[in-house]
Amino acid sequence: MTDTLQADLLSAIDAATSLDALEAVRVGALGKSGSVTALLKTLGGMSPDERQVQGPLLNGLREAVTAALAARKAVLETAALDAKLANEKLDMTLPVADAPRGSIHPISQVMDELAEIFADLGFAVAGGPEIEDDWHNFTALNIPPEHPARAMHDTFYFPDQAGSEKRMLLRTHTSPVQIRTMMTQEPPIRIIAPGRVYRSDSDATHTPMFHQVEGLVIDRDITMGHLRWTLETMVKAFFEVDDVTLQFRPSFFPFTEPSVEIDVGCSWSGGTLSIGGSESWLEILGGGMVHPRVIANCGLDPEVWQGFAFGVGIDRLAMLKYGMNDLRAFFDADLRWLNHYGFRALDVPTLSGGVGA
Amino acid sequence: MKFTLSWLKEHLETTASLDEICAGLTRCGLEVEGVENPAAKLSAFRIARVLTAAPHPQADKLQVLTVDAGDGPLQVVCGAPNARAGLLGVFGMPGATVPANGMVLKVASIRGVESNGMMCSTRELELGDDHDGIIELPADAPVGSNYAAWAGIDDPVIDVSVTPNRQDCMGVRGIARDLAAAGLGTLKPLTEAYRIDTLDVPRTGAGPAIRTDDPEGCPAFLGCTVSGVRNGPSHPWMQAKLRAIGQKPISALVDITNFIMFDLGRPLHVYDVAKLSGPLVARKARAGEQVQALNGKTYTVDPTMTVIADDHAVHDIGGIMGGMESGCSDTTTDVLIECAYFDPASIARTGQKLMLTSDARTRFERGVDPGFLDDGLAIATHLVRALCGGTASEISRAGTPPVAAKTVAYRPARTLGLAGVEVDEAAQAAILTRLGFTVTTGDVWQIGVPSWRRDIDGEADIVEEVVRIHGYAHVPSTPLPRAPGVARPTATPQQLLERRTRRAMAARGLNEAVTWSFLPPATAALFGGSDWTLENPISADLATMRPSLLAGLAAAAKRNADRGATSVRLFELGRRYLTGGEHLTAALLLAGEKRGRDWATGAATGFDAYDAKAEALAALAAAGAPVDRLMVLPPVDGWYHPGRSGRLGLGPKAILASFGELHPRVAAELDLKGSVAVAELFLDAIPQPKSPKRSRGAFTPPALQAVKRDFAFLVAADTPADALLRAVRGADKTAITDVRLFDRFTGAGVPEGQISMALTVTLQPGAASFTDAEIDAISASVIAAAGKAVGATLRG
Repeated sequence: MTDTLQADLLSAIDAATSLDALEAVRVGALGKSGSVTALLKTLGGMSPDERQVQGPLLNGLREAVTAALAARKAVLETAALDAKLANEKLDMTLPVADAPRGSIHPISQVMDELAEIFADLGFAVAGGPEIEDDWHNFTALNIPPEHPARAMHDTFYFPDQAGSEKRMLLRTHTSPVQIRTMMTQEPPIRIIAPGRVYRSDSDATHTPMFHQVEGLVIDRDITMGHLRWTLETMVKAFFEVDDVTLQFRPSFFPFTEPSVEIDVGCSWSGGTLSIGGSESWLEILGGGMVHPRVIANCGLDPEVWQGFAFGVGIDRLAMLKYGMNDLRAFFDADLRWLNHYGFRALDVPTLSGGVGA
Repeated sequence: MKFTLSWLKEHLETTASLDEICAGLTRCGLEVEGVENPAAKLSAFRIARVLTAAPHPQADKLQVLTVDAGDGPLQVVCGAPNARAGLLGVFGMPGATVPANGMVLKVASIRGVESNGMMCSTRELELGDDHDGIIELPADAPVGSNYAAWAGIDDPVIDVSVTPNRQDCMGVRGIARDLAAAGLGTLKPLTEAYRIDTLDVPRTGAGPAIRTDDPEGCPAFLGCTVSGVRNGPSHPWMQAKLRAIGQKPISALVDITNFIMFDLGRPLHVYDVAKLSGPLVARKARAGEQVQALNGKTYTVDPTMTVIADDHAVHDIGGIMGGMESGCSDTTTDVLIECAYFDPASIARTGQKLMLTSDARTRFERGVDPGFLDDGLAIATHLVRALCGGTASEISRAGTPPVAAKTVAYRPARTLGLAGVEVDEAAQAAILTRLGFTVTTGDVWQIGVPSWRRDIDGEADIVEEVVRIHGYAHVPSTPLPRAPGVARPTATPQQLLERRTRRAMAARGLNEAVTWSFLPPATAALFGGSDWTLENPISADLATMRPSLLAGLAAAAKRNADRGATSVRLFELGRRYLTGGEHLTAALLLAGEKRGRDWATGAATGFDAYDAKAEALAALAAAGAPVDRLMVLPPVDGWYHPGRSGRLGLGPKAILASFGELHPRVAAELDLKGSVAVAELFLDAIPQPKSPKRSRGAFTPPALQAVKRDFAFLVAADTPADALLRAVRGADKTAITDVRLFDRFTGAGVPEGQISMALTVTLQPGAASFTDAEIDAISASVIAAAGKAVGATLRG
């Protein structure tokens, strides 16, 4: 009898096509007045021997029905969820909102690259005012008032201030930072000084404002040989090439003696510049041994201290490395240009990750 | 400084090739900027004879010529008035390119007559300005030969850049001397270069009356006269040399002075004696004196300037430019040659003041050779006599040139010590001697400096001379000593702050710009006005220093909008220039669409003051500012929307940023449309943290979960939300860890003039959970604090 009932119930369970129908089967079997419940109630009136036989049978029946109910319920729930989800379908090809993409200006990136390279060589980063006085910008750098080199600099001046001997101007180079550093710091000194500089000049390759980085090393036994090595090392690291040749040419800067202009070996193929080799030469740097008078002007003894200084255009370095060809665009803030030549916020130059991006 | 190869060889005996010479020039510091052979573009032009000339049948002004250019008669149509049978000229064959206009000659029919080439004028060949007729050559010119080779213009022109310290190389001879020292030949004696036996020019009769009353401005003035000269065009060799370097021949007397200036770096001046009255005097100018200079312009000189004048007028702005009145002309018969030494600083000041440049000024202000006055005058006198005839007077002398002998102590070991290059002592002495120095060896050498090397005054200068001539290529690559271990960090706290702020702003989607430090004054005025106005701006738009970075970003936003950008998010890190100094600042500007029109979010939205505030707070946080302690203060700057802006500070005296919408009037002035949200962060005002401790405090999370309670308050509509939030936060400083405004509502149920603000208060229990009584007590203190601070009442 239990066999028939079990078969009937299991088939009813299987036949249930909804959770409600299944619940009706459950109530009909296991509810208060369900068929299985009713059979289980008969156990109380049985003799022990009879119960010994019927007990396991009825419990087996109940367990089989319970298990079948649970299994069927899981199937029906899955089907119900599937049906629900089928109705929740969205068009996954719809476009999502664009997050704005920020960028770092190439000048900032190159300054960070240089700071990273020179930090490894033991150079700190120094700074100074852009509105300078003529003593720091010229006189202390061995450029006396009538020196033709002053005229060469195309200086922007501010009107004379009453009661001040100093003529204020926009610094024409980052070299005044040499003076400020030597006057406030005990040698040995190793610094670079990046920053804005100004000359009253404007055409495709000159803008009235541009960026330079100055380098200064003052110690007891520094020679032009150290200058060559430092610049070779910098150029190799900055341009990420091993085969770098520098050509030193005698030149003139009032604040260095001997003075040198420095070309870097390069090659042009298909209108594209590559740094390295010695097929062609590109003038990129000026420098020399700091003039003894400049050292003395800063209160140091030129018989004890000597060293080198150099200057290079940051904008130009950026152009050579990253391929821009118009300096004026650097200061135009054209979003298209910034997105094209700019760098991602997380492109932080590091020695382990590389100083190029 | 330009010169030709053959000109150089007048002074330099050399077998070196052009390439070797150019490499040598650059190697010793005379950078070659260009080499050009004018003959290159004339290779297809030959010397030709006009055989016959007949009128053109169809045109009055044309002739039909037969021309022999070496290959037999050719028919050529020519419009030159001087074309005639027998004339020797320069002929361009079909296929030749005319230098002046780039036209390629071809066989063509001109008014019905075939023409097989062109007879050329000097202007067409870019050899001069003459275009009145075709070139006429002397009878001995060889027909059929290459014209350029015959005319001696097959001579490369070398252009070198001479640094301001090397006045001695502002003349060809000085350049030859450097090359000789560098081993590229030998320097010929001056007499050989000028093909004379002696510099002792025959002289008779007293010299002219000259004087210097200004021994500071003009320490020395030498002069002589040459009487009975014939002035006219100078000799073709001199004209050719001057033309080759881009100088226009004027007349023999003037060309001679120019030639000597370029050949020997020695400027001279010649006066027409007939136009002088009384002695010629170097003196300070008198106030108001004027002189019409040889460039045709009239200059008013002042008592700081040295002039050369006679009894009635100023004839020369000393050392810079001569005067028109006493200039030499074709009628000049007696000439006074001036060879003077002017003080370089005085020349520089005068030239700058008058804004007058000249080849003479360029040389005098760099300091010409004070030991070359006699020789310079002798060469000039010789050339005048040779080219214009005449009888020279004795030399008159006024003052003395500053030729004090200069000696520099030099330790030959310094070449290694300073330049890092080992040069043998004998080689050092040889280099210095070839350059004209005298060398007395010993423990410390005594180096006698030649009078033409004004730039040399110390040991380092001698090192440069030795190494420059020895070759900078020998400078080794010597590694800088390296400190042991990993390189130490070098960035200062301010540099770190700057880097973090920059990259945080870019990470938030802003594009970094670099804009001019200059502003148009009117734009600066919109942002409080500039404290720094340039005396000599490059243009009115770049005349004042920016008092704010916002103006540059606003102009950039406008340019981008004009290019069609719909959304602009820009920032810049840079300085503001105020009377008290330069202030490191970060600024940002948000304009156009914050969010574009989109299927998910609907219509486009713009930026508002809250966007600016959010960016400002994020950037300040990145910069290390204590953002939790910031308060919002009312705006003060007139370029902000007065009701939609504010300042962020740690107190009224510690303002770290300002933010808000740009004032609509300012935006309109800058031609910006829509609302523009901006902020400026005063990075140099952010307190720097003390040297950081790497180790953090122990981690002690609370044992029990926090509970949240909501409160809705009614407050007056103009109550600042921050006042309510601060009051509630302060109601129980131990238990309340966070207060958030989650609703702000006016309308149904809220009385007129009031606003409902709903807050979630987070309460953090300590060791034991809150009891109901404790929660009730905290709630009561929250309500009391809100009531006390802003008159808030709990919404029923």
